[in-house]
Amino acid sequence: MTARERILARIREALTVPAPRPGAHGHDAGHEVHPATAATGRPVHLARAWLPPGGSTPEEQLTRFAAASAELKTDFRCVASEAEAHAQLRQIADGEGWKRVASHHAPLTDAATAALGRPTLFTDGGYPPDDLEACDAGITTCDVLVAQSGSLVVNSRTSGGRALSVLPPHHVVMARRDQLVGDLTAAFQRVEALHGRNWPSMISLVTGPSRTGDIERILVLGAHGPKKLTVLMW
Amino acid sequence: MSTAARQFLEAAGTITRNLRHRGLIQTALRKYETARDRKKAAFHDWSSARQSAAETKWDAINHLDTYLEEFVAKLESRGTKVHWCPTGPEARDTIRGVIRDAKAKCVVKSKAMTAEEIHLNEALEKDGFEVVESDLGEFIVQLRKEPPYHIVFPAMHLTRDEISDLFERELGSAPTREPEELTMIARRALRRKYVQADVGITGANFAIAETGMVSITENEGNARLTAALPRVMITLLGIEKVLPKMEDLALFLPLLATAGAGQTVTGYNTLYGGPRQPGETDGPIEWHVVLLDNRRTELLADPEQRDALHCIRCGACLNVCPIFRNVGGHTYGTTYSGPVGSVITPHLRGLQDWKHLSNASSLCGACTEACPVKIDLHHHLLQNRRNAVGDTPSWIERLAWRAHAFAVNTPALYQFGQEVARIVEPLRRRLQGTPLDPVKSWTRTRDLPPVAPESFKEWWRNRQ
Repeated sequence: MTARERILARIREALTVPAPRPGAHGHDAGHEVHPATAATGRPVHLARAWLPPGGSTPEEQLTRFAAASAELKTDFRCVASEAEAHAQLRQIADGEGWKRVASHHAPLTDAATAALGRPTLFTDGGYPPDDLEACDAGITTCDVLVAQSGSLVVNSRTSGGRALSVLPPHHVVMARRDQLVGDLTAAFQRVEALHGRNWPSMISLVTGPSRTGDIERILVLGAHGPKKLTVLMW
Repeated sequence: MSTAARQFLEAAGTITRNLRHRGLIQTALRKYETARDRKKAAFHDWSSARQSAAETKWDAINHLDTYLEEFVAKLESRGTKVHWCPTGPEARDTIRGVIRDAKAKCVVKSKAMTAEEIHLNEALEKDGFEVVESDLGEFIVQLRKEPPYHIVFPAMHLTRDEISDLFERELGSAPTREPEELTMIARRALRRKYVQADVGITGANFAIAETGMVSITENEGNARLTAALPRVMITLLGIEKVLPKMEDLALFLPLLATAGAGQTVTGYNTLYGGPRQPGETDGPIEWHVVLLDNRRTELLADPEQRDALHCIRCGACLNVCPIFRNVGGHTYGTTYSGPVGSVITPHLRGLQDWKHLSNASSLCGACTEACPVKIDLHHHLLQNRRNAVGDTPSWIERLAWRAHAFAVNTPALYQFGQEVARIVEPLRRRLQGTPLDPVKSWTRTRDLPPVAPESFKEWWRNRQ
């Protein structure tokens, strides 16, 4: 008997005795069906209605995303045009004195790095990790942005790999207004629609710059990942 | 009394008198409470969200075989190697084998309580591998050669000054009182390790059956880096981590973050579905997923306490527990401390040796109230007490209960007992807790209610 068969056999044997449903406290009979399962007969997913709201109109979503970003200390700038986003990017680069940036090939990032006009390491097709570590910023696209939590989703296939968005000390995201959705449920649906079940090997929901509270529960940004996260949206 | 019980009593006796420790824990947990309450208030309906999560986990755990097989089949179809490990030593040997085959020298690790459970670091260090904990809190307690203090906040028991001294001693850094500078010292020390390490080890928070993905929650980005740069990645997870669908995360990620740390969602929630895929630019060439049983199936076989496997390790029950807040994390002497640790440790490591943990509770129910997946924690503590007594019943106790049952079922005897009790009451009071008292270990710290001057029956009769 293989280890796999042994574990599965033990699970199946254990499950021959049913367990009371949650909230039944050992008295399964007479347990009221909770509204969470009443409609579907199976757990979830009307849960969306109980979670923190994401906003129902694009304007509301934008307001919520901005509020969440402010709380997370994400530098979120919603501007009128792509040209203005590029101007903001140049301004940030000058302010921080970027010498070299890293990015990947995609329409939004190609335009941004061209407008920036600084030496750029493109991670597509492989890169030496030491070189990426030495870059001042990583400029990427994202799949979707989430108003509910101020998050954005990057992946290993179309956002320049696993490390680009987390190794350089400043992560800059170039995004369009129509990439913003209300809540996490909508975000997962959008991600699935984009990749059509041919998943990248990594999908990461990024919420604010890297942070820690491990020393006396005092918030410090830039624990291991980026100290700064900038979202430029138009 | 077991050795573990004696150690618990001794450690608890010392630390409850330690005012410095008390101050630190109270301050840290007050900050946590404020943040958590604010984030809970942002939910439309926190209690329905909890119920929904409990139902989802119930579904996952009560169809564990089906979901596990689905999860593993999906993982394997994309080139991930899955290892099934019934025990801790088997998981350890599997991981050692993978590291040896990779001819690795340096191993970088992100936080994993399952690795603490099987004492992975000690085993790897004995083999001569350098293992670097990358989570800041874990890095600190690793330097102190201590186990984590709390499953979510490993270094909660330390002040910035202690951490500064530690870094000065171990890393040769300049002393500082700024948490930010301390964090940057650790950042610099660890940055090189990600680039140098050959193998990265992670834990996992959820295993998604539908898509064959593992979800890892963290704030620092250390797990992201651990899973990005080394050429071999190993993920160790307990078999109970399964969730049926990816969309379930839309519920579980906010619940975990809110209950665990008072955040809307945690900084990085990352899904891994395989090693580097064709057309991808980085990521490990090999990915090994190690599935650990380690007596979880025994807990599964107890339908009464099966829901303890719903635990998502958020630490909320620790944070609200009056016992944890007084005795702290290390006193438990277990991998998982606090109420959930007291419930599951007897199942994972033996009821008789760890039954004292069920008594380290006021049964106030704060843990059950705090649990985002509605585990009936304080009732499970009671059930563990019952089971422990059932295993080795004390004859004196059995005799006492039988006599009690007989007396209360025999009205004449009961009334006679009342009369006697009234007469000996003054004597009893004088004897209580003294060496002459046969039950002094109970009565020394507890009062019996005084015997009433007349019974209800007598009172009623006199009124007629």
